[in-house]
Amino acid sequence: MLSLIQAEVVTIHGWLTTQQFTDIVAISQMTPGPIGINSATYVGFTATGSVWGGFVATFAVCLPSFILMLTISKFFLKYQHHPLVESVFKGLRPAVIGLLAAAALLLMNEENFGNPTTDKYQFITSCLLFLVAFVATSRFKANPILMIIICGVIGLAVY
Amino acid sequence: MFYFEAFKIFFKIGAFTIGGGYAMVPLIEDEIVNKKKWIEQDDFLDLLAIAQSAPGILAVNIAIFVGYRLRGVKGSLVTSLGSILPSFLMILAIALFFATYKDNPYVEKVFKGIRPAVVALIAAPVFRMGKKAKLTWKTIWIPVVAALLIWLLGFSPIWIIVAAGVGGYLYGKWMKDDANGSSPNSSSKIGEVSQSDRGV
Repeated sequence: MLSLIQAEVVTIHGWLTTQQFTDIVAISQMTPGPIGINSATYVGFTATGSVWGGFVATFAVCLPSFILMLTISKFFLKYQHHPLVESVFKGLRPAVIGLLAAAALLLMNEENFGNPTTDKYQFITSCLLFLVAFVATSRFKANPILMIIICGVIGLAVY
Repeated sequence: MFYFEAFKIFFKIGAFTIGGGYAMVPLIEDEIVNKKKWIEQDDFLDLLAIAQSAPGILAVNIAIFVGYRLRGVKGSLVTSLGSILPSFLMILAIALFFATYKDNPYVEKVFKGIRPAVVALIAAPVFRMGKKAKLTWKTIWIPVVAALLIWLLGFSPIWIIVAAGVGGYLYGKWMKDDANGSSPNSSSKIGEVSQSDRGV
């Protein structure tokens, strides 16, 4: 999605400079929300100078999801209990667990954990934070939101 | 009352979904599946499969789908509004007042701490969900292979979903054909087959 956004926003329409685009990608990593929403709001506001612009862009980026999801939902709920549909989803469920595992594995990179050779302190701290959060949520059923806050505070304290 | 509560919960979820759509999964699992018990884990996994397969922003797809599952179109409006609003407001605030947000050293430190935690939060449910889904030694190869294909070989998740869905369909058909019996002697086996092989 990122390359699509860059092509449209920077190259074709020139609503953002490349630098501004790089900025919003960085900002998106430091704010809640997916890059799609963040960049839509940012581009909409920056290009028009008005909050309304941000709203229109955000609304637009969500609309296809709405149309698609609602259409699919109607079908899904209608045929959900058909035995063949059920067998399709029985096959899907373990695969989705695999998808989650893959998502976590793909996020184990330099950007999130630091470079193990050039920044050992960040790397080791990140690994420790990972373990703490992992054990706390797996074994001790800690609230994930609480974990995020705690790890943010720890980050503030140790870096 | 429900709508307000759903909005509140999804606003909370939206406020802490950091780093991408998958970060929403542990939050929804905790709040909606485990705490409120509004959706079963199996249903949630099904929703995830569909949300991942469709184009569009994953987090938005998930929110819409969960909302629809709970209270139809109105439900989906409430949940998606709740989850989108925090980022919308935050970005506007940054663009209007906090242009130096991303260069702020404190912000940098906070998120250096948060990022590995988010990865852990996505990884942790994998094992918990696996246990709940009653994965056995026979069936555990499915998530393992799926994860390896995506992680090491760069397969698109969509292919995995398609393959798994087709596999499930074929398996189900095979079970049904077995139960119906293709030979005259198999009528006595019907009860055995359909009971012993349930539950992938």
